[in-house]
Amino acid sequence: MQPSDLKPEQFGAYPPLARKLAADHIATLRKLPLSFLPSLLREIIEYDYKFPMERQALEREVGHLAALPEEQWKEWFLAFRTIQLSPALEKFDWVNLPAQFVEQLSAHLWTTHQQDKFRQAATDYGNRLHAAAPPQNPAIPRLGIAIVGQGIASSDYPLFRRLRSHGAYYTRVSPEGGLETLLDFAASRAKSHPIPYAHWYVDGGAPAEHDSGLIGVSYAALEPARNILLGKMQRHSESPGNGPENLRTVMAALRPSDLRLDKTIADPVLARFEMRLLTEGSGTQIFSTTFAQWAAREVLRRAQPLTLVVRFAPRQRQRPMNELLSVSTAKIEFDPEGSLVDADMGAYYNWINQQRLTGAERSSFIAWFENHNQAVAIGPAVPRGTVSDLPTDLGKILGWAV
Amino acid sequence: MAELPVIARRLSSSRREFLKDAAGLTLASGLLPGGLLARSGVLERDRKVVVITFGGGARDQETFAPEGQENIPHLMKELIPQSAFFTQVVNRGILGHYVATASLATGVYETINNFASLPPENPTVFEYFRKDLKRPASDAWVVAPSNGFNRIGESSHRSYGTGQGARVILPKHLLTAATQGGADYQHLLRDNYEMPFFAPEIAGNEFELEQLRSMLKLSVNEFKARALTLSSPDELSVYIVRQLMRQIAPSLLWITMHDIDVAHAGAFSLYIDGIRRTDRLCAELWGAIQSEPEYAGKTTLFILPDFGRDSDEDSAGNGFQHHRTGDAASRTTWMMALGPGIREGVVHDRALDSTDLVPTIGSIMGFSPSLVHGSPIRELI
Repeated sequence: MQPSDLKPEQFGAYPPLARKLAADHIATLRKLPLSFLPSLLREIIEYDYKFPMERQALEREVGHLAALPEEQWKEWFLAFRTIQLSPALEKFDWVNLPAQFVEQLSAHLWTTHQQDKFRQAATDYGNRLHAAAPPQNPAIPRLGIAIVGQGIASSDYPLFRRLRSHGAYYTRVSPEGGLETLLDFAASRAKSHPIPYAHWYVDGGAPAEHDSGLIGVSYAALEPARNILLGKMQRHSESPGNGPENLRTVMAALRPSDLRLDKTIADPVLARFEMRLLTEGSGTQIFSTTFAQWAAREVLRRAQPLTLVVRFAPRQRQRPMNELLSVSTAKIEFDPEGSLVDADMGAYYNWINQQRLTGAERSSFIAWFENHNQAVAIGPAVPRGTVSDLPTDLGKILGWAV
Repeated sequence: MAELPVIARRLSSSRREFLKDAAGLTLASGLLPGGLLARSGVLERDRKVVVITFGGGARDQETFAPEGQENIPHLMKELIPQSAFFTQVVNRGILGHYVATASLATGVYETINNFASLPPENPTVFEYFRKDLKRPASDAWVVAPSNGFNRIGESSHRSYGTGQGARVILPKHLLTAATQGGADYQHLLRDNYEMPFFAPEIAGNEFELEQLRSMLKLSVNEFKARALTLSSPDELSVYIVRQLMRQIAPSLLWITMHDIDVAHAGAFSLYIDGIRRTDRLCAELWGAIQSEPEYAGKTTLFILPDFGRDSDEDSAGNGFQHHRTGDAASRTTWMMALGPGIREGVVHDRALDSTDLVPTIGSIMGFSPSLVHGSPIRELI
């Protein structure tokens, strides 16, 4: 089937808001090339479970496409129209299974050496859309906080090397009450700007006590869901003929209720988000450091928060992958030193991902070695590439950086 | 966004500068006079080639860039000064480890399913080598730690194929056969995060045990005892390679390293550990080549990654973790060549293609890989 054949009733299996969005814009959708449309439908079909910022972005996109003059339309989609699809892809049920179509399209693009062409077309499209319908600036400058090294008594690892040149590096930070200071500061921002899904706290272990104004996501709280998922992955890997691509398809079809997340997380948007962290992120099911980094990436990419605190925790030691993927009752051995290295890189990625959002030039970022004396602060008022050996504390650093 | 060739050139220039500063290399100004025979004094029929794929993919930030050089001390201090280093090897194919390694081995960008147990569609370097030079099966070997590589030795091409390629050793299968998968050996049997779902079973253990006894001249107990001292699948592979070199001394030997690909699980420290281990193992193998009488003075060693990993800058990826975006960092790699007749301590900046490896090996060893898409690297022949 071609996009031009689309009819409103074909969206009957979509959730209600998604169905309406698709039906309202069916004339626009019909004009899109098949190499492009399922990528957009993959977003539309999830509309009911998207964060407000994502909904706004999607509405902005389809609204802009609907109003795009004919000449520009041709320019925007010319490259997509030159992508050759296979008959199998054309016959695929891309209306109801757009994510699976995109997976198969990706494999097809690699196999037929069209990946670079498609990648360029997608990049150009993204740039055009960003220029034509830019996202709004945040209500207040964003703040990212990364807390690394939980449970480490001492370490010679040279922390924050990648971040230091972008801000100030502090070597004599008083660790006293540091975690509470950071979480309280985040909570105060949530109170003063109570915007839905704008203030988050991700913990790679068990969460510290925090204000309910912060949305909490933690590796420990997701343990029951992780165990269910690991069981499914283990069974899948033991079945003959199953490969990683097939596994991704199986995981993409899961619902929160499959992991019993509907019982533990009341908000269906959040339940779906947390399920996706486990089903879409590689390694998030087995390593807490990977989970924290990926969760931060996804919170930033999708919710575009004003405040994000991420606290990394020790991950388990590396073991044979089949053991890692099995649910074990044995006592877990941790790798604190390796976890510190992971978290250091994770903190850097958190900053990079925050800088991809609007208002990057006004945003701030703080990384701290938990219960130790090292921290780095990045922000418009913080001099770059500087080192301070003077005694200070996190409250003061927040005051300078934010 | 800058185009791939532009960014690939930029990566290449950076590598050249990093190496110039750290290892004191010079930029090659021209070709060496004379052919490889004149320069090396080694006859074609006596030449041996060893290929190591530095896998599965490492980025400049963690290797050749100033901040990464601490992870590759052996490459930097021992191997690069003895090598011709190519700063820009571009892989234009599919960035999956099996299919990319198959492309390296055939000189054609293969399009087989990366996760299926399929042979390459085009003739492999092993088939060209054996058919053209009439060499026995024992003269071409592949050692591949990942279970998915069991079909890499010979193609499905109608003019070549079954029985005409390399013998393939999967050390994990050997170890499983010898130990029945005992608990003490599990750390050597692990595959990476993406691979436990792709472990085609090879029926029975007799074949593996026979390989151990008759070819590698190892008793099961000896093998088990030695395996207990090793820490990773790649260490196990190198141990097997050294046995092969001593007992069979094949002329064409291909080793696929894979420890680095633990990066898919997202733990940066494990990825770095993998790079450091691979660095050490490469130096160990070069040492073995120089100390084994069958190899010393007549072996060309190639070390190259199958491809890179995603850059931090590409928002479609997640940095070091994967190689899914197809960006320049994931496509642009490097290669070093060491051995008799190769000009040492020079950097070559021009762009090579991954498919140039097979025709270069053909020129060195004296066979004609007629169906390849790449070209011999003129600086090495």
